[in-house]
Amino acid sequence: MTAAGKPNGGDQPQILEPPPRAPMQPSPAVTVTGLSKSYRIAHHADAPVTATEALLARVRHPFTRMERETFDALRDVSFEIPWGSVVGLIGRNGAGKSTLLKILTRVTAPTSGRIVMGGRVGSLLEIGTGFHPELTGRENVYLNGTLLGMRRSEIRSRFDDIVTFAGVERFLDTQVKRYSTGMYVRLAFAVAAHLESEVMAVDEVLAVGDADFQAKCLEKLREVARGGRTVLLVSHQAQTIVDLCDSALYLERGSLRYQGAVDGALEEYRNSYRRIRDAGLDASTRPGSGEVRFTSVRAERDLYAASDEKVVHLEVSANPELAGRYWLVAHVLDDLGTIVAQCDSRVLGFWLEPDRPATCELRLRTPWLKPGSYTVDAFAVRASDRIDVWQAATHFDVLPDPPYPVATSSEATDRGVVFADFTYERC
Amino acid sequence: MLTPPAESSGTQHPGPPDGARPVVIVPPGRWSLPRFGQLWESREVFLRFGARDLTLRYRQTALGIIWVVLQPLLTAGVFTLVFGSVAKLPHGTVPYFLLSYAGMLAWNVFSGIVSRGTGSLVTNASLVSKVYFPRVLVPLSTAYAVVVDFAIALVLMAVLLAGYGVNPGWAVLALPVWVVLLVLLASGVTVITAGLTVRYRDMQYIVPFVLQLLLYASPIAYSPAAVPARYHLLFDLNPLAWILQEFRWSLIRQPLPPAWQLAASAAVSVGVFVGGMFVFERMERGFADVI
Repeated sequence: MTAAGKPNGGDQPQILEPPPRAPMQPSPAVTVTGLSKSYRIAHHADAPVTATEALLARVRHPFTRMERETFDALRDVSFEIPWGSVVGLIGRNGAGKSTLLKILTRVTAPTSGRIVMGGRVGSLLEIGTGFHPELTGRENVYLNGTLLGMRRSEIRSRFDDIVTFAGVERFLDTQVKRYSTGMYVRLAFAVAAHLESEVMAVDEVLAVGDADFQAKCLEKLREVARGGRTVLLVSHQAQTIVDLCDSALYLERGSLRYQGAVDGALEEYRNSYRRIRDAGLDASTRPGSGEVRFTSVRAERDLYAASDEKVVHLEVSANPELAGRYWLVAHVLDDLGTIVAQCDSRVLGFWLEPDRPATCELRLRTPWLKPGSYTVDAFAVRASDRIDVWQAATHFDVLPDPPYPVATSSEATDRGVVFADFTYERC
Repeated sequence: MLTPPAESSGTQHPGPPDGARPVVIVPPGRWSLPRFGQLWESREVFLRFGARDLTLRYRQTALGIIWVVLQPLLTAGVFTLVFGSVAKLPHGTVPYFLLSYAGMLAWNVFSGIVSRGTGSLVTNASLVSKVYFPRVLVPLSTAYAVVVDFAIALVLMAVLLAGYGVNPGWAVLALPVWVVLLVLLASGVTVITAGLTVRYRDMQYIVPFVLQLLLYASPIAYSPAAVPARYHLLFDLNPLAWILQEFRWSLIRQPLPPAWQLAASAAVSVGVFVGGMFVFERMERGFADVI
C-alpha cells in the first residue's frame, strides 16, 4: 500500500488494513491526510544568527527574501490507524519517523495536511523530558505528569502505581540528580506509561534501562493496547517492532511506502537498499551542506567470511574554500537497520583537511559479523555540521559459516547479535 | 486550529472513550488568535512551573526567603542615601525611604518578570522541543514566583508604614488593581522578549541593559516632583511612571495621577498583554524547529 493522496471519506472512512483485534468503531484512532512538513534551511554562510545581522540583511535587500532551501521531511503522507493497535514506524535515519511523531504529538506544526485523532495524545519522545534534577522524585512526578497533560487528581490517584512500577519508593523525597540512570529512566517511563491518553506515541525509549525493565515496559505497552488504546512506536531495534507491533508503517525519504503487516514493512526495508543507494549516487541530492562530497564509497569485496577484516574505501572531494578540518563516520547496519558498528574517526584522532581530495580506507577487524547483508552509511562531519550524508553508500554480504573451529548445530551460535571472539581456558 | 485536549472524565474508558474529544491538527494560519481557552485548560502547568521556580530558587540557599526582603530594603536604603541625602532631591512630606521602597516594590515586579521570563524558553529548550503544551506558559509562569516575592515584600511595607506612622487610608484597597496592571504589562513584554530570544540570543544582552536604563529613567529612586518641568513630557509617556505613581498613591498618600493616566495605564497594560500574546502565537510555530 502506498501513500497515495486519499480523500477523507467523512464519517465512514475506509480502513486500509484489516484492523487486528480492534473493536468495531465508527472512526479510526488516527486519520492522517496529505501530511507534509518542510523545513526551510538557510545555508550556513548567510543565515542570520544575531538580530543585527537579520536587520542588516533586511536593510540591504529590502525586497528580496532570504534564499532558503526547503527540505521536505515528510511528503504527502496519508494513513489511518484503527483503535487498539500497536503500530511500528520503520525507516532509515532521516526518513521522517521522528518528525511524524513530533507532529502527531503537536510538538511541531505540519506544513500542510490534516490529522484527526480520536482523543488525547500522550508522548514519550525522550525519557525524562521535563524532569528537573534539583527537584525530588515526588515533585518531578507531579511536574512531568502535568506537562504530559494529566490533571492533579489523575496524578494523585495513580501516584502509587507509578512509584511501584518504577520501584523507587524509598527515594521519593530525594532529588533526582542523586538517582542512578536506571532509577531516573524507570520513573520517567512510569509517569508517561500511566498517562491515560487515548493515543500514545513512543520514540526509542525502550533502548534504555536493563533487560528486566525493558520487558516490563513492553508488557505495559501491550496492556495499553489491550485496553483499546493505540500505540505508535519508533524503534531502531527491529526485534522490538516484531515483538510488540501488530502492524507497521515504512517511511522512506519522507514518503510512506508501505502500511500493513510488520513482516511486509521489514521486507520493504530490506529491499530499500538499492533504491536508497541509487538515490544517493547523485551527490547533489544528498543531505548535508555539501562543501565536500564523497566521490566514492566502496567495500573492497562483496563477500566476507565472518572473521575477515572488512575494508571500505572512501574518497572525498576537495574544497580549498572550506576552513578547518573534518572527520569521517561510517555506520555498519544489518539488514534490519540496526547499527552494529559506529566508526567515528575522531576517536582515533583521524581528521582530514579539505584543501585536497582524500582517499582513505576503513578497516573493520571486529566485531565478527553474523551472516547476512550489511550496508554502510558514510558521513563527513565538521563541528556540529554534517557536510555529506550518504546512506547505504555501499554494502557487503557475510558468508553463512561461523568463524569457529568446531562445527556445531546452528543453535550454538545463533543467539548473539555478533559473533564474539572468545576463549575458554582451564585455570 | 487545535481543540483543547479532552477533559478527563475520571472513569477509565479504555479504547475510544466516550468522553474523548477528537483533536484536529492543521497547519497554523498566518495570524491566528491566541488560544485563551486552551491556556485556561493548562492552568495547572502554569501553577506547576511557577511552584517549581519558587522551590528551585530557595533550595540550597542559606538565607532563603530573607533575600526577598533584603534586596529591596538595601536598594531602597542606598537610593535614600544617594538621592535623598547626597543629591537632596525633594520628596514632599513622606520619608525618602518609604518613597524609594514603594518604588522598588513595583519595580521588582516588572523587572523580575521581564528579566526571568526572557531566557525562560531557552532554559527550558528540552521541554519546548520534546513535549506539547502552550509554550507561552513558560514565560508567563515567571509571574508566579515574582508575585509571591512581592507579597512578602509587601508585608515589610506594612511594617515600615506602621513604623513611620503613615496611614495609607482607603486608597490601599486599589493596590491589587495596580498590581494586576503591572503584571499584565510585564508579562506582555516578557512574552515577546522570550520569543525573540529563541531566535536571537542578543536579547539576553539587550534586556538587562534596557532594564537598567529604565530603573533610572523611571521615578523609582526619586519622586516625579523632583523631575524638571522640561522633562515632564518624557515621564508622562512612560507607562511605568504612571503605575509607579498609582502604587505610591495607594501606599504612601502621594497625589493620584491624572484621570487620563489611569485610563491609559489600564489600556496600555491590557493592550501590551494581548498584543504580546498575538506576537507570541505567531513566533511560536517555529520554536521546536529552531530552539
